Amino acid sequence: MSASAVSPMTRVRYWIADRWVMTSALLVLAYLALPVVYTLVFSFNNYTKSNIAWNPVGSPTLKHWLDPCGPPGICEALVTSLQVGAVSTLVATVLGTMIAFALVRHDFIGRGPTNLLVFVPMATPEIVLGASLLTIFVQGFPSFQLGFFSIVIAHIMFCVSFVVVTVKARLQSLDPRMEEAAADLYADSRSAFVRVTLPLVLPGIVSAAMLSFSLSFDDFIITNFVSGDVSTFPKFVYVSYLRGIPAQANVIGFSLFLIAVLLTIGGQVVGNLRTKKG
Amino acid sequence: MAWLVMFFVVPMVQLFLVSLQSDYPGFPGYYYQDVNVANYARALTDFAPHFGRSMLFAGLATFFAFVLGYPLAYAMAFKAGRWRGVMMICVIAPFFTSFILRTIAWRQILSDEGWIASTLNAINLLPGGRITETWVAVVAGLTYNFLPFMVLPIYSSLERANPTVIEAGGDLYANGFTTFRTVTLPMSLPGVLAGTLLTFIPAAGDYVNAELLGSDVSTKMVGNVIESQFFRVLGGFPDAAALSFTLMALILALVFAYTRKFGTEELL
Repeated sequence: MSASAVSPMTRVRYWIADRWVMTSALLVLAYLALPVVYTLVFSFNNYTKSNIAWNPVGSPTLKHWLDPCGPPGICEALVTSLQVGAVSTLVATVLGTMIAFALVRHDFIGRGPTNLLVFVPMATPEIVLGASLLTIFVQGFPSFQLGFFSIVIAHIMFCVSFVVVTVKARLQSLDPRMEEAAADLYADSRSAFVRVTLPLVLPGIVSAAMLSFSLSFDDFIITNFVSGDVSTFPKFVYVSYLRGIPAQANVIGFSLFLIAVLLTIGGQVVGNLRTKKG
Repeated sequence: MAWLVMFFVVPMVQLFLVSLQSDYPGFPGYYYQDVNVANYARALTDFAPHFGRSMLFAGLATFFAFVLGYPLAYAMAFKAGRWRGVMMICVIAPFFTSFILRTIAWRQILSDEGWIASTLNAINLLPGGRITETWVAVVAGLTYNFLPFMVLPIYSSLERANPTVIEAGGDLYANGFTTFRTVTLPMSLPGVLAGTLLTFIPAAGDYVNAELLGSDVSTKMVGNVIESQFFRVLGGFPDAAALSFTLMALILALVFAYTRKFGTEELL
């Protein structure tokens, strides 16, 4: 719209509206960031009993940062979480990608129901998924020991859906002419897939894998139901809440946050450089 | 290839079918197999307040998430310009800290000794004297935890909207509010729909916020009951299963009614 067509009054109103929206957006972003800031601040807290109230005596202190594995069990839980995340991400990404290909490229019997089945776990409250998985593990396979593998199975189950949706979206937006061009250039279907389709879908697969790793790593509700005695990092934090959470949990939590943010920014910068070059 | 996938899909299908069935009450596992409707009756009568609270808290959290999330998504889509990527990272970044840790951070923020509660207390604006252990804290926590699920779908549907259409509203002498109401809002409706579902469903089943931010009695949600029936009550399995199943049915019914009312948008 041309500026001359708008009366000064309207322009003032637009100016206010502009600032109003931006200001409230920034406030909401601050609201989102506040707990992360608190997590960082309280990792320097020199608390005595529980790390809920700030103790001005002796704070800030670096002692928790110097001894991240101090409280018993915390690093074991972290390692378990990383292992579970790695295994379930790998399996869920492979399975989910194949399902996505099948759903987009092949018209098989039961395609509609499969679509629905992929969607249902995402629309179900986690607590229902956790409860139903627990009942299968306990009642269906009484000899099966709850622990690492039951966590992995549960995580694969809910991660697959997210992988399928992400990869499917990418596949559907692909230009079919690319593959046709490969076929025109005498590529057999195998090499067309490896050299054309896969590289084009790869960004979708990578972001699906990242998504499922973070979902798996951060999951608490389902894990809590199926984990038996094994502790993951979120479960460790939750369980120790009753006794008072060690500030080392904040140290580890914030470090992971920092690593993830740096990776994301790094990925974006690399992506930008690449698109500029190309 | 399709064949290969079918071999993976079939066990998955099987797993889901079993997982859905085993929820069924009167399936008390160790005990005996029966069609015990009393589980349902008990679930509905004894725990009706918890269901009510779950729906109420989740509804409130969804509403507040919408009120807070819409301006943010709008700003990201139309006003942010080159800051869009940065804002996007700011929305997603909190996810990188553990969900439990962030909820506990709210406990610290809202605690009796914290500056919010003490300020409100100092000017006598806090009737009960505290924020944690009340429903306010639980709803605040739920709103916070699921806010990004509201922002991202709204953002993506606004981003797809054509800004010239909105400008056309202004050219047609509609004032800012009318343009927003008749043009912008309807265009973002699919995003709002997806966002409210993505916020409401996990919020209704959540028990972490109620456990960490709420009190023992007056803020318990249905998730807390399911959790404690499973882990702390001996022989609570059938009741808990009936509760989970009822929760799921309730949510599906609400979702169905909701999508019916606001148009059957393809969600996938």
